[in-house]
Amino acid sequence: MSHPKLANIFLKNEDRVNWHDKALWFVREKRDVAVNKVKGWEELREVAASIKSNVLSNLDNYLLQFEENAIRNGIKVHWAMNATEHNEIVLKILQENGAKHIVKSKSMLTEECGLNPYLEKSGIEVIDTDLGERIVQLANEPPSHIVLPAIHKRKEEIDALFVEKWGIKGGNGNAEYLTREARKHLREKFLIADAAITGVNFAIAENGGFVVCTNEGNADMGTHLANIHIACMGIEKIIPEMEHLGVFLRLLARSATGQPITAYSSHFFKPRPGTQLHVVIVDNGRSQLLGRPEFRKSLHCIRCGACLNTCPVFRKTGGYSYESVIPGPIGSILGPGTDMEKYNSLPFASTLCGSCTDVCPVKIDIHSQLYKWRQIISPKKGTSIKKLAARVTGNILGNPKLFRLSATIGTVLLRYLPGSLMKNLTAWGKGRELPKVPKQRFRDWYIKNRKE
Amino acid sequence: MKVGLFIPCYIDQFYPKVGIDTLQLLERLDLEVVYPTNQTCCGQPIANAGFENNSVKTVLHFAEQFKEYDYVVSPSGSCVYHVKNHYDIVPDSEAIEKVRGNTYEICDFLVNILKITDVGAIFRHKVGLLQSCHGLRGLRLGKSSEQVVDDYSVCADLLRKVIGIELLNLSRGDECCGFGGTFSITEAPLSVKMGIDRINDHLKSGVEVITATDMSCLMHMEGIIRRRKLPIRIEHIASILNSTTS
Repeated sequence: MSHPKLANIFLKNEDRVNWHDKALWFVREKRDVAVNKVKGWEELREVAASIKSNVLSNLDNYLLQFEENAIRNGIKVHWAMNATEHNEIVLKILQENGAKHIVKSKSMLTEECGLNPYLEKSGIEVIDTDLGERIVQLANEPPSHIVLPAIHKRKEEIDALFVEKWGIKGGNGNAEYLTREARKHLREKFLIADAAITGVNFAIAENGGFVVCTNEGNADMGTHLANIHIACMGIEKIIPEMEHLGVFLRLLARSATGQPITAYSSHFFKPRPGTQLHVVIVDNGRSQLLGRPEFRKSLHCIRCGACLNTCPVFRKTGGYSYESVIPGPIGSILGPGTDMEKYNSLPFASTLCGSCTDVCPVKIDIHSQLYKWRQIISPKKGTSIKKLAARVTGNILGNPKLFRLSATIGTVLLRYLPGSLMKNLTAWGKGRELPKVPKQRFRDWYIKNRKE
Repeated sequence: MKVGLFIPCYIDQFYPKVGIDTLQLLERLDLEVVYPTNQTCCGQPIANAGFENNSVKTVLHFAEQFKEYDYVVSPSGSCVYHVKNHYDIVPDSEAIEKVRGNTYEICDFLVNILKITDVGAIFRHKVGLLQSCHGLRGLRLGKSSEQVVDDYSVCADLLRKVIGIELLNLSRGDECCGFGGTFSITEAPLSVKMGIDRINDHLKSGVEVITATDMSCLMHMEGIIRRRKLPIRIEHIASILNSTTS
């Protein structure tokens, strides 16, 4: 379904819309407080964007440098061209080691690749250990937000879910009680895990190490207990040097949740004696994006979620209205790059207000890219009548005589939009009055009062 | 200094008073202002819908109409932003380069070109400033709430000098009103919801008059206000600045 259709479903429950909007605005405000405490925040963003831009221009070299250093450290490095290869590599490692029980910390990449259902089909149990992710996993739902996967659920709903799935007595939505129950449940899973899967926030080319950021310590709990650690990373996660890490760690948590730093920024360099450490480096369409100059900056993304929290469209229509693994403004520019047909409504799910661009810690020109996607999608999408209407409109607006002959500008402009003129007028009129048409246009007034 | 007055198409047709106020305001400042009567539209509506290729004739026509003026001034941050930022779809020419550089939103023109903040206006009302996004984040008429820079706002600078005005603070000072051009049609229920939320913020702050640099945002707000019969009204910033009687 298109964004407007799904959005309209979400909007039907205004109480929930207001609650969702408020919950995310609260995070945005926390972010504001945190970033305003950093002297030179704008410069920090600029530095981060420059580092990312350097990385993207030299990605091949940095990746090879990372691989060489990682291998020297004893890490096994794997390359995956796409999601299928990624999933096959992970499954093979697990099968070779007879691993049946897996714990996994947060990773948008594995969501993107559909790793969980793939492994489950082969009889492997995958438990998401980030609390929010565990909640949506129990509910058999995808994450609705890249940092706050269960932000769409109220505490009472989570309570009911835990009661249903775990047979606990329930605590009327008491967060502390629910967290304690989740810890009990997850502890069992950590203890029996054969392997731990994590994402990668930053991979450092110069030393072959990588950093995983979590707030719950669940990545560490998993990797410390299991003998196999598989870390999955997109090719764009590289940073050249260790000294660049501080720039991103300072930006990431402040932008994401308003914390000065994530509770855990865990560094991995080599496997503990007697254990295995694998890194799977995944392309899955990224190098294609890299080849499109107008969209390559979207690869700067560090998945902080700030553009989701700030976006009024996201806040008021929820993550599921986007139907893409990464929702919100960043998802709306990444989606069409992977499947333009499927995600063709996303670049239009925006007022182009630009808040996403201003909030982005790595300076992705998100709203400009939304505009650019529109220029690619509209000429391909619309019916031939709409395309003709757009051309006619262009001709009218380029010709003062035709322009003056046209009844009103509103009716000219409304004709080339999707839907009929009447349908568009109805859409406007559902919650709004049309502007009153005055007796005299400005032009007529001007001629009468200034020219005559 | 010869100023070309650019009145966006929908202001020409639906809100002539805003055009008149802009013209009179500039004339009061002893400027030579001309409204080229063959102007049409800047092309933004088609371009934002993803058909910028169809707006080439419109863009060329705009440049032709306004190339002879020292400055082009308009009561719309959004249209000005479009001229400045999206007129790269046609080959560069002297006319195109000139209008991209010389076109200004009215408040920007007053404060940053003429260096005037006190225009001698009187407006005895409680006012809320709706920060139209293209003016705010596109033209940088003020600090956006996301940025960590010194606070400034050309619109607030002008409004604060208006005699009798009470400029009120809002809880979300620069959240989008939900108009967004074609967005107001293609995502109509969401657009209306965003509008209602903005209006409620103004109502809660005790605002009597919502003002903005863009009439399009205000047209959307007004549509909701009239439908719901809310005790609040809209007024373009040029109309407030041109108000001289108490």
